[in-house]
Amino acid sequence: MHQVADNTRTCTMTLGGGSVNFREGETIYEVAERHRKEVPTLCYDPRLEAFGACRLCVVEVEGIRNPVASCTTKATEGMVVRTRTPVLDKHRTTLLELVASENRNTKVDSLSGYASQEFGNLLDRYPVRAGRFAGKKSGTSNTDDKNPFILRDYENCISCYRCVRVCAEQEGDHAINVMNRGFHTQIITEFNNDLRDSSCTFCGQCVATCPTGALGDKKALRAKDTPGEIKKTRSVCPYCGVGCSVDILTKGDRVVGIHPAMDGPANEGALCVKGQYAFDFVHHPDRLTKPLIKQPDGTFREAEWDEALQKAADGFLKVREKYGNHATYGIASGRAPHEAAYTMQKFIRATYGTNYIDNCSRA
Amino acid sequence: MSNPLRDMEHPDVIFCIGTNMTECHPVAATRLKKAIAKGAKMIVADPREIHLAKLADLHLPIRVGSDVALLLAMAHVIAREGLIDREFMDARTADGEAFLAHVRDFTPEWASPICEIPAADIETAALWFGCGKPSAIYYTLGITEHICGVDNVQSLCNLALMTGNLGIEGGGINPMRGQNNIQGAGDCGAVPNNFPGFQPCDNPEFAAKFSEAYRTDIEAIRGITKVTALDLCGKEEGGIHAILIDGENTVVTDPDMNHCRHALQSLDHLVVIDLFLTETAQLADVVFPATGFAETDGVQTNTERRVQRLRAAVPAVGESKPDWWIVSQIAKRMGTPGFEFESAKEVFNELCSLSPIYAGLDWDRIENSEYQWPVPHKDHPGTPRLHEQEFKNGRGLFKIIGYRDPAEVIDREFPVWLTTGRRLQSYHSRTQTGRSEGIDYLLSEETLEVNPDDAKAWSLADGEFVKMASRRGEIQIKVRVTDCSPKGTVFASFSFASVPVNILTGSGYDPVTQTAELKVCPVRIAKI
Repeated sequence: MHQVADNTRTCTMTLGGGSVNFREGETIYEVAERHRKEVPTLCYDPRLEAFGACRLCVVEVEGIRNPVASCTTKATEGMVVRTRTPVLDKHRTTLLELVASENRNTKVDSLSGYASQEFGNLLDRYPVRAGRFAGKKSGTSNTDDKNPFILRDYENCISCYRCVRVCAEQEGDHAINVMNRGFHTQIITEFNNDLRDSSCTFCGQCVATCPTGALGDKKALRAKDTPGEIKKTRSVCPYCGVGCSVDILTKGDRVVGIHPAMDGPANEGALCVKGQYAFDFVHHPDRLTKPLIKQPDGTFREAEWDEALQKAADGFLKVREKYGNHATYGIASGRAPHEAAYTMQKFIRATYGTNYIDNCSRA
Repeated sequence: MSNPLRDMEHPDVIFCIGTNMTECHPVAATRLKKAIAKGAKMIVADPREIHLAKLADLHLPIRVGSDVALLLAMAHVIAREGLIDREFMDARTADGEAFLAHVRDFTPEWASPICEIPAADIETAALWFGCGKPSAIYYTLGITEHICGVDNVQSLCNLALMTGNLGIEGGGINPMRGQNNIQGAGDCGAVPNNFPGFQPCDNPEFAAKFSEAYRTDIEAIRGITKVTALDLCGKEEGGIHAILIDGENTVVTDPDMNHCRHALQSLDHLVVIDLFLTETAQLADVVFPATGFAETDGVQTNTERRVQRLRAAVPAVGESKPDWWIVSQIAKRMGTPGFEFESAKEVFNELCSLSPIYAGLDWDRIENSEYQWPVPHKDHPGTPRLHEQEFKNGRGLFKIIGYRDPAEVIDREFPVWLTTGRRLQSYHSRTQTGRSEGIDYLLSEETLEVNPDDAKAWSLADGEFVKMASRRGEIQIKVRVTDCSPKGTVFASFSFASVPVNILTGSGYDPVTQTAELKVCPVRIAKI
């Protein structure tokens, strides 16, 4: 993410007719974003270096003859910028018509990925005649990759290179790259093999940043035809100690996918293969659904809560009666939340008056 | 971690030791990659040529368990070359002179044969670390899972103290915590030596405080660790006869599996709370179904001490219930007072009321996850960076540490070092990742990583099954020939139940923390 140090100078410029403040070093796009000017863009991801490829974010700057790309132009003191004019609208519409000319599918399921609606939303926003430049098609690439996570449907690729850039800049993995130019452009792995045979770690960042659904979340798309609205719930990944913020996507009572939280303090939009894709355990048929009590023959039978809780409590009471307070131990989880660990230690300390409690951190 | 995760993008010199960060904490590793892209230098000390080592400017493939020797020699060079931060040492530390005198004997030439790396590389690492402004230390279980785990950590502290790399942006001593809420379990007092908020149990003042809060008499004596408890299971004299386990697959994840299984089987009463009927739950008398990720409202603390909210997104599966509810119900039925909780919020707020590091927090205040503890009062903004003004106990103390061999060393009977760890695509005993579609496509089985020269010398082919034995047991495992393992050292993870590597481990324990030496286990390997 492009961050401006706090100690930089505050300056003033005119933006869309009003006077606004900005910090030295900010681009016109960043200032416009902060003031909700809704400048359109397709190649921009706030976490990446500005790229200036799609030209949708062009703005008019007084004293400069042609429109400039706002994502790569720094704001300067006294600058006068217009973000919406009839000329800019026409320019943007034409650009979108060019981009849309060969993109078969502009209605993309939002389960495809975090940014998958960006292109479709822009086509809706501008009076785009999608067939206006129909004709030649650009290069396509590996769509038959058998990996279970990342759909690679380059028919919808618009060569914004956000996937390539996020893999290089955000992840440092450089698993994918650009081959050829113009109509022959392809997004490829080393030697054009499957992702599994590349340095790809399946973190899903390329999917999250793709603005067209050319890269899609295969696991989330399993629920494409499941009825119901997609709901998002902010939580934290259940795996390692980094504590990445996630948005859990649900349809009805099912978890259908995970989105990285772009404003998550620990991860700032990043995730790994486990946090992104390893969530099926939630609804797995192996989940325990009722308390179990062991029978004399060593097998378990399902029991009602009341009976099982009484059996658990009676067992602990019996051991205390026979052996005293120092015969019972508690092992808390490093996976369960605070409330679990807190009640576990309280259970031991309040019931037995000992400190016979530990957690999994020693192994 | 002493420093926030965002600081990982700002060191001048990065020193990673005993951390396979790109596999175990991949998102944190992306920050180090950004620092490297901006020009930071990275030193990686790890026996294996892990991905992090490939990204490093200097890889020190030290022999397993030789960390203290490396760190002593680095301190020696830093002292000899005058790279110490004299101002910081004078103002903020104690016992520095004794430490500087101590390290005078431990030259890189002394450490070289112990660590099995060139003295010149130790020299370079020390010069880089000593010159870094700032230099940051990152470590994980490769430091702590040794009989000298505490010595290792204190040796790292010595390095940071002598170079003044504490309390500053981009510096610090940063353990990467392994489980989503392992930091939180400690914060909440689920340890035998501390009440919630790291208030020592053996201090009568705190024992009295919690006795009053919990309406009982709590002894002002440290409890025993899990390791000791498992040793005492079923013993007539002072034995442990009942255990309540919440969300841990102890049998698979702990060392010396056969001993652990036997211990749990010898109990009069075992109750397990879990999502699945794990290998451990199968040994229980009563098993309770708990709610998990996406079903539970709650709180967890990450590795940078950030207190974050978990939220339920779907209804609980079947009749599963939150862990806190299950524990409270058992406590109530035993007549223990103080378990009338009706929500996770009530439980968390009680914790905050008793823990000084959470005193400024409550359920509503952590809505946006912006607080890093300690947060001592309501007007406090939280503490992203520890030790900025002064250390909790006044001065940072140097410790005199000496090198010790691992509990078991290779010999004629067990001539190969086994070291264990984790892999990117699987998590611990795979109760969760193993039940998620697609993960098997990337990692479907466990393999033993063997250096190509060793494979040739031992006549092993890639993909061949071998017998691997230690003093505690034997398993069969498939060989994978890879340069990742150095000669004479093999590696496997403990994730797959079909390859129970922890049958072999458990050679020794750190005398202070009783953490098992899971990183070092002499083995012999034989063809089947």
